Amino acid sequence: MRLGTGGQIDRETKLSFRFDGRYYKGHPGDTLASALLANGVRLMGRSFKYHRPRGVLTAGSDEPNALVELRSGGRQEPNTRATVIELFDGLRAEPQNAWPSLKFDALAINDRLSTFLTAGFYYKTFMWPAAFWEKLYEPIIRRAAGLGAITTKPDSDAYDKGFLHCDLLIIGAGPSGLMAALTAGRAGARVILADEDFRMGGRLNAETFSISDMAASEWATQTIAELSALPNIRLMPRTTVFGAFDHGIYGAVERVSDHLPVPPEGKPRQILWRIYTQRTLLCAGALERPIAFANNDRPGIMTASALRAYVNRWAVSPAETVAVFTNNDDGHRTAADLIARGVKVAALIDTRPDAATVSGTELLAGAQVIDTTGRLGLTGITVKLANGQTRKLAVGALGVSGGWNPNVALTCHQRGRPAWDERIAGFVPAGDLPPGMTVAGAAEGQFSTHAALAGGAEKAVRALTDLDIEATLPVLPDSEDAPTRITPFWHVKGDKRAWLDFQNDVTVKDVKLAHQEGFRAVEHLKRYTTLGMATDQGKTSNMGGLAVMAELTGQTIAQTGTTIFRPPYTPVAMGVLAGRSTGADFRPSRLTPSHHWAQEQGAVFVEVGQWLRAQWFPRPGETTWRESVDREVRATRGSVGVCDVTTLGKIDVQGRDAAAFLNRIYCNGFDKLAVGRVRYGLMLREDGIAFDDGTAGRLAEDHFVVTTTTANAVPVYRHMEFARQCLWPDMDVQLISTTEAWAQYAIAGPKARKLLQKLVDPAFDISNEAFPFMACAEITICNGCPARLFRISFSGELAYELAVPTRYGDALIRRIMEAGAEFDVTPYGTEALGVMRIEKGHAAGNELNGTTTALNLGLGRMVSTKKDSIGTLLSRREGLTTADALNLVGLRPKDPQVRIPAGAHLLEKGAKAVAANDLGYVTSACYSPTLGSYIAIGFLKNGQARMGESLRAASPLTGEDVEIEIVSAHFVDPEGERLRA
Amino acid sequence: MHDLVPMTALGASHPRSDTIGPVTITESPDWALASVAARLGQEANCQTALEKGLGVKVPGIAAYVSAETLAAFWIGPHVWMLEASYATRPDLAVQIKSACADTASVTDQTGAWVRFDLTGESLSRVMERLCNLDMGKLQPGHARRTLIEHLSCFVIRHAESITLYGPRSAAQSLHHSLITAAKSVF
Amino acid sequence: MIINHPLLGPCDAQEFVYKGDFRLIDRPDGMAESAEAAFFDYLYLRENPAGAHRELWFHEQGDRSWLVVTRNTVTHEITNVELARDVARSMGRSR
Repeated sequence: MRLGTGGQIDRETKLSFRFDGRYYKGHPGDTLASALLANGVRLMGRSFKYHRPRGVLTAGSDEPNALVELRSGGRQEPNTRATVIELFDGLRAEPQNAWPSLKFDALAINDRLSTFLTAGFYYKTFMWPAAFWEKLYEPIIRRAAGLGAITTKPDSDAYDKGFLHCDLLIIGAGPSGLMAALTAGRAGARVILADEDFRMGGRLNAETFSISDMAASEWATQTIAELSALPNIRLMPRTTVFGAFDHGIYGAVERVSDHLPVPPEGKPRQILWRIYTQRTLLCAGALERPIAFANNDRPGIMTASALRAYVNRWAVSPAETVAVFTNNDDGHRTAADLIARGVKVAALIDTRPDAATVSGTELLAGAQVIDTTGRLGLTGITVKLANGQTRKLAVGALGVSGGWNPNVALTCHQRGRPAWDERIAGFVPAGDLPPGMTVAGAAEGQFSTHAALAGGAEKAVRALTDLDIEATLPVLPDSEDAPTRITPFWHVKGDKRAWLDFQNDVTVKDVKLAHQEGFRAVEHLKRYTTLGMATDQGKTSNMGGLAVMAELTGQTIAQTGTTIFRPPYTPVAMGVLAGRSTGADFRPSRLTPSHHWAQEQGAVFVEVGQWLRAQWFPRPGETTWRESVDREVRATRGSVGVCDVTTLGKIDVQGRDAAAFLNRIYCNGFDKLAVGRVRYGLMLREDGIAFDDGTAGRLAEDHFVVTTTTANAVPVYRHMEFARQCLWPDMDVQLISTTEAWAQYAIAGPKARKLLQKLVDPAFDISNEAFPFMACAEITICNGCPARLFRISFSGELAYELAVPTRYGDALIRRIMEAGAEFDVTPYGTEALGVMRIEKGHAAGNELNGTTTALNLGLGRMVSTKKDSIGTLLSRREGLTTADALNLVGLRPKDPQVRIPAGAHLLEKGAKAVAANDLGYVTSACYSPTLGSYIAIGFLKNGQARMGESLRAASPLTGEDVEIEIVSAHFVDPEGERLRA
Repeated sequence: MHDLVPMTALGASHPRSDTIGPVTITESPDWALASVAARLGQEANCQTALEKGLGVKVPGIAAYVSAETLAAFWIGPHVWMLEASYATRPDLAVQIKSACADTASVTDQTGAWVRFDLTGESLSRVMERLCNLDMGKLQPGHARRTLIEHLSCFVIRHAESITLYGPRSAAQSLHHSLITAAKSVF
Repeated sequence: MIINHPLLGPCDAQEFVYKGDFRLIDRPDGMAESAEAAFFDYLYLRENPAGAHRELWFHEQGDRSWLVVTRNTVTHEITNVELARDVARSMGRSR
């Protein structure tokens, strides 16, 4: 119910929202949880395992219980915490893990079966038979378990990534964070102040004490106003710093549009920030922990600080009559605040016999809550008094305070292990904090407001002093400085179930069972019972669990230790990790210079790495891709074809030692290559396996142009830079990648020269005599356009590659088509390119597949033994040169019209298709329109000696089994007469 | 003079310009680029040749300097990119090579890059959604190579604008990223 | 991680490509006697220290320098960053 006055809500404005099929009203400033409580709704969800009715436990991001499915359609998000969902008009949320309804959940039967569903239940029950696991057990468990359901629709929202830099990152905008920001901001440092809440101020928004002469929340508002006026401070509300990574890098998610029904056009829903900071001040506050007692999970039972926050910040009380159960003085503050706001407090139950008296309610010192009632919400509690008698109290809500845990999570993201502090009965930051991080305020175990303000200021000055930024301590405003008084008390003893981990339904009994069965180390306890493994990562439960374990083992809590805290601090949506890299924008697309022209021709494109290349050019009337490809091959071999080969990597190699350098990079010789000539080169990895192949043309004594395969352009450049800088640092050689600088076209076919002669300026003689096979030159075309011409051939035809500056690439392809019209010049795509290279037996990526050597490729004799180049020595290793080593061979089917499946394995006729009988495999296959037959190339053991033999190519994957004949891989023009024509 | 018609990296005959909020993103095709790598042991001679022959002082590490008709930025140890108006120096690489002779390896890079100029207010806010450079510290006259949406780009900070050079073949993807980022912010 | 580039200052490790142990600089002479054994050691035998490790990183999205980075494999603390070319020369590599 909403209290008549107070709260940081805009009572003038009403927001309408829907939960579980019913409509409610709330106000700006509300969370879904506060608005539901204001409407008298305490039941918000069902628990994971027992499907117990649950309400809110907290008022913040540590919430384990009140998880809902927010929004619908592609925006539906499961497991969102009602306690941090900022209310907006039209909000729709549904309860989850309940069927058919939240109030009547069929699987609540699990609660009755709880005796069987204890810790380790799955491990013990679904052990055997093993075959049942995948088909039977897992599907059943998966259906029953889990919380919210994810949507199967695509996410309609966009997410950004971004990068921020600062001197000081302050995490948390409570009293210590605000004071730190003020101190650093006034000193002129670059500061980022991030807070997960939509309203900065932390606990100051939920307390009634004053700072200086004003209400704490008012002081926070004024301070934030001063900070926002400073240009060197970036205030980031709605921003969760979720991870502390190496060397001052922090991950943060800013929820820029989550509080809106739909993000504005073009705007992201969330931003993943990568924050680079010199120093970090963690002011993440503390989280209150509950006390375990029988049936402590009913809706209406929550942490005392949550109860206080709902009353103070949101002017909401979950019930008319409440009680408080505490083991420390902070519980008394809750009781006092509630009383002051007119909420009836039935009693303050303090486990400490010596608790100080209170006014306005009855103090039950030395008492414990031993049970509760209320099926769908709390109706009463049973208290065992100090004298042993019991008393029943009718209450609709109970605030529980077991003390506060400093929020140390981020201090532990890099090996830090917190230390036990008896003073507060909690773990405080210790050990190896992420370098550059310090901690202030409650996160450090300093729980008074004064200590938080002082700590924030001092730590900020110290951090800035480290950075040689002069900062002065501000005058601290007056504030409360109450000592922390606590007598640890973890759980009320009894036979009934007392919850520790609300989300994963782990009770004190489960911890006892884990202990009994030997899972006593905290990490074992966690995995055996699932304590702390839920979406809340045990923020409210871990401490209680390990305290119970410590009690059972007779160790101290310090000895028992904590489990490791890992990023993310709170759940992070997958979408924001992907950022803009989704769908068509998954990675950049690279377009060839002829792309627009090819599009006009109706080309079909294929992705080759990032490149989009024309795969084939369908013509009207062609109904299958094969028709187009066959035509392109025939036209090229019959007259002339043109293909964009810009994507091949190009590396400019210059310097006095350029030739000597390439001689070491390639396994074959390059130092004797004449200027104006091109040579095919094979690069090996140092272990002797083929790495990449291509050509190198010598444009001048000290200038080569190396080409690489499309896929390896980047790795080859990196490899050559390694050789240049690390292996031979005193060679005079310079490398520049120039792949993009030139638009390059292959012009192939018997009429290629005739076509080219129409383009090349008359000053350059490209006759066969003047410009023979493997010649190269810098020329001009079309009356003065600079160009490079290489007479090289991948197709096996008389062929050239012509390159012009990229900006003229589009004009050139149009000019080639114009000039070639009389020869019926035909553009061809990567498919026809592939067919022609298979017909010639040229190796490509399928053959240079990271397992094959020069010997395997039939290029063994290329590997020079007279020089030391990368990979040559180990390519001669015994294991790579056995008599039955694989050789590249050609394969023809007995029936020319039966295709040979690529990837098929080669077997003797009649041999069973098992690995032991394997003779090799098919790497590339196609239909050869030139031969009128399907053909393939592949690797066969001792293949050179098996020419003419009959074998099988069997593909158990496709079920194909084809009889084949072993032939030379050079199907077309084995003597190479055409390319020298 | 040849009659081949150039095409911009974005695939048009004229450069594209988009204004989003206070930021204008313009494709600038009219720049000639050439990289100059000093030969081993010729580093000083190369610098002298560039200064004497072309009147451009070699920029220091991560720096950008401009002379009257020529500018240069550092791209690696003893490697610089020279930049000039394409209209006046279409043969920039040839000119540099003749000035440097055997003191340097020169490579024409005109066709390798697409250039976008970002002008207007609050450019840093767009840049922080694109790359990890600290725009707060990147002073005018600073040039860095960095990654923008998986693409290797040069970022040059001028007094009033920012120049980006990205791989020409990925011009459309890069342009899309810039526009998307600007729309995200403004 | 942040790698403090000797020329460019602090750079995000995302800009780099990792290769491995800096001893890959020390490539044996392929024409020497017993070269095969030397290459086997060079290529396949590595120290795997829990602690300081000198390793090769390539500034691919930067100035294209190969660096030798001394990184603690346990804490990721980086204590030294050198240009690999200088390291190579100091190890006697030349032409």
